[in-house]
Amino acid sequence: MEGHLSIQLTVNGRAVAGEVEPRTLLAHYLRDALGLTGTHVGCDTSQCGACTVLIDGLPVKSCTVLAVQADGSAITTVEGLASGGHAHAVQRAFQERHGLQCGFCTPGVLMLSSWFIQQYPTADDRQIREALDGIICRCTGYENIVQSIARAQEIQRENQAPLAGEAREGVSS
Amino acid sequence: MSQSVYGARVRRKEDPRLVTGHGQYTDDVQLPGLLYAAMLRSPHAHARILSIDARDAEAMPGVVKVYTGSQLKGLVAPIPTAWIPPESDLKMVEHPVLAYDRVRYAGDGVAMVVAESRALAEDALDAIRVDYEALPAVYDQVRAMATDAPQLHGDAPGNVALHWTVGTDTDEVFRAADVVVSQTIRQQRLIPNPMEPRSAAALYNGATGELTLWATSQNPHIHRVLVSGVLGIPEHRLRIVSTDVGGGFGSKIACYPDEVLVAYAARDLGVPVKWTETRSEHFTATSHGRDHVDEVQLAGTRDGKVLAVRVKAYANMGAYLSTAGPGVPTILFGLIVNGAYDIAHASAEVYGVFTNTTPVDAYRGAGRPEATFLIERIMDRYAAAIQMDPVEVRRRNLIRREQFPYANPFGLSYDSGDYHQALDKALAMLDYPAIRREQEALRRQGKYIGIGFSTYVEMCGLGPSQVAGAVGFQGGLWESAMVRVHPGGKVSVFTGASPHGQGEETTFAQIVAEKLGLPLEDIEVVHGDTNRIAMGWGTYGSRTTAVGGGALALAADRVVAKAKTIAAHMLEIPEEAVQFEEGRFHPEGSRDRSVSFQEVTLQAYLAWNLPAGVEPGLEASAFYDPTNFTYPFGTHIAVVSVDAETGETRLMRYIAVDDCGPTINPMIVEGQIHGGIAQGVGQALYEGAVYDDDAQLVTGSFLDYAMPKARFFPRIELDHTVTPSPHNPLGVKGVGETGTIASTPAVVNAVMDALAPLGVDDLAMPFTPARVWEAIQAAEGRKGGQS
Ligand code: FES
Ligand code: FES
Repeated sequence: MEGHLSIQLTVNGRAVAGEVEPRTLLAHYLRDALGLTGTHVGCDTSQCGACTVLIDGLPVKSCTVLAVQADGSAITTVEGLASGGHAHAVQRAFQERHGLQCGFCTPGVLMLSSWFIQQYPTADDRQIREALDGIICRCTGYENIVQSIARAQEIQRENQAPLAGEAREGVSS
Repeated sequence: MSQSVYGARVRRKEDPRLVTGHGQYTDDVQLPGLLYAAMLRSPHAHARILSIDARDAEAMPGVVKVYTGSQLKGLVAPIPTAWIPPESDLKMVEHPVLAYDRVRYAGDGVAMVVAESRALAEDALDAIRVDYEALPAVYDQVRAMATDAPQLHGDAPGNVALHWTVGTDTDEVFRAADVVVSQTIRQQRLIPNPMEPRSAAALYNGATGELTLWATSQNPHIHRVLVSGVLGIPEHRLRIVSTDVGGGFGSKIACYPDEVLVAYAARDLGVPVKWTETRSEHFTATSHGRDHVDEVQLAGTRDGKVLAVRVKAYANMGAYLSTAGPGVPTILFGLIVNGAYDIAHASAEVYGVFTNTTPVDAYRGAGRPEATFLIERIMDRYAAAIQMDPVEVRRRNLIRREQFPYANPFGLSYDSGDYHQALDKALAMLDYPAIRREQEALRRQGKYIGIGFSTYVEMCGLGPSQVAGAVGFQGGLWESAMVRVHPGGKVSVFTGASPHGQGEETTFAQIVAEKLGLPLEDIEVVHGDTNRIAMGWGTYGSRTTAVGGGALALAADRVVAKAKTIAAHMLEIPEEAVQFEEGRFHPEGSRDRSVSFQEVTLQAYLAWNLPAGVEPGLEASAFYDPTNFTYPFGTHIAVVSVDAETGETRLMRYIAVDDCGPTINPMIVEGQIHGGIAQGVGQALYEGAVYDDDAQLVTGSFLDYAMPKARFFPRIELDHTVTPSPHNPLGVKGVGETGTIASTPAVVNAVMDALAPLGVDDLAMPFTPARVWEAIQAAEGRKGGQS
């Protein structure tokens, strides 16, 4: 197509190739072109974090990245967070600790949290709250998001302990 | 069933789809051939439209059509309001879906572009040329009532939208009282900001004439009624779908021009159309909340007995009347200005005023936060005036346990409670004497902490319908439920309520699990689709569990009653002798012979051997109208520190003891309270919509409008008391709004307590560092001047 650029990237482990307008945001590309509507768009000033995905393992607000900038990178969205039918620690923890209400901010919060607990497996309440500064949630008052992240740290530790692998649950509760 | 799930912290049934990215929000709708709409909005707060030229826009590649107000005038009816408070002289001004001669606020819709992509539609907006003649604008409701103020509507002289009074005559009491305290309080305008922007997608089937409208709605059936009326699509041809909705907080009650326009275009073009607001659009085009200027007065004795309270309120309605807008500053506010206190005389007088601002409607709490703020603030002022501890003043005036049902001065009947018990529990969590000692010690070091109280009550669980009619709500406030047991024994539950974050897919399944003795996994709750569920009124006013849950309890009871009749026949015993326990029917006192719920269900559907007169099938509906509102209550305590050097306030502790009756899922209830508190704290400390002199919204994005963040909060400390409400079958009271209603005054009272030794005695929300610092400086200046 005229004025379109080709991109190739890996999304949730699958190779994807496409043609995009240069101005297309990654968030819109994921949602509209790939149908990955788990990534949400909550603002137009990069404040809310609902659109957070992992780009090459790092949490990035996908509304701040052009699809063409993501060319060649590996992206994980909330749809790709569970692996092999097993819920990710943050997906389990947020269900156990009621870390979501309307669920709109949740995909971004989960993606950020999945990175955070790996980087800071023993972060305390205050540090977790600081880490959430790029997130806006209108429903939970953050209390149970913070508790959920703390719980996810615990689950991560349990999972890393020898023989604890089998204790993991499926995605559905 | 071994362990009851009713009352347990079971995980939410909605979560598995939401944590894996498989929610179905409106903007997720993808349809073949989908076109995208974008709205051109007025940059002026007030202007005459001289001309609109859309030819260039329409000629752009990818643009399908541009709609303007003058094209649609006469084809699309104006947006109606659905709340007409009696004896309020409400001015039902015209609210066209697109302005055709005049725009009345910055954000008022002027044209809609439909194009092949979101980006192309937005590009085309820039190519539409509108000639405006700017008019003077006014954003402040008090100024708008001045004789020389710009006039918004020809049929609303003086910009007065409504004038409403309620209550008893208080003049005599005030004249005779020993102590009278007065204050003028501004309760600032707030922007609801659910994280999901509003969105609508429409699909028209020309062959059947059916229009499907996906919309971010808290009340799809109300949307169906209103959209049907505005577009002339009969209700049986109009389907509204609101599967997952990303929060509403009142802002998704209203019927907006946008969804009407999208539906119109889909029908007009015969192609599906979608529109989603940007966050910037949300700030100006979605209803706002609060925005009151209130004069409140309290009369009392010197020994702490409140004799009367009265309020004169100026409520900003914005440029047009939003769907529920007129009911918020009147009925939902005026009737409860005495709060949780036994006050014999009370009155409220309310002016609703048109201004060149975004229309104002319900925002979490809707009217009750405004009333609660006034009474809780003036109680503290009164305490200061008579030099009594604010807790002691509250204790002396709180309605006592033995006074229930309590008739308040406006004729409301508060259901049940022990307000003192909640207060005592919260005080014990705080260790009140210790914190007062600490406060004293810190003051001597030049450090300021404050303790603030809010001993609130609120009315919610809206119904009953008779009251709805009496107060001018143009609808019923009952709720519907249907329990359908499938032949295999699994259950679908259909509710007319429309949860959007409150978790009723889970709590409603818990109710049915308890009633039918089935595991939670066997029950699915369906909501938010007018083609699948019977008429219902939706989710707002903390009514879902009290009213919708009440309907569900009745429907489930009816299913059990029918199953019992069939079971008796199968067991060959009289019906009265059948006992239903843990999912099995057996003769009373003997478990040797029994039939399971599944066996009975199968028989109901096979119908090979039903008792005489019993119809096949196993399902039941209920349309439940509650006998009254419910009145949750409690005590919230905030402890803050204020840095006198920087003006910065830090929330150190937050304690909440709430009573919402018995809880079906404590985990979900706590979540509601947490979220509510954060929003109330937001009003106290951070949030506020600001207009400049041209009535332009200055705080038009998350960069300028401070939303609460995780790091602003300490751990929230919760406890509860349990007083069932006699007003519904489950005894529950609403809990969706209590946190917001209670927390704003608790925090404000705490900050004012901290600032008291510095001589600051009046301050407008939000308490930003700059404002607090300036108030401290001004107070010091005054002190300096005196010495
Ligand atoms: S949508 Fe990306 S930060 Fe809000
Ligand atoms: S759960 Fe609704 S915004 Fe976070």
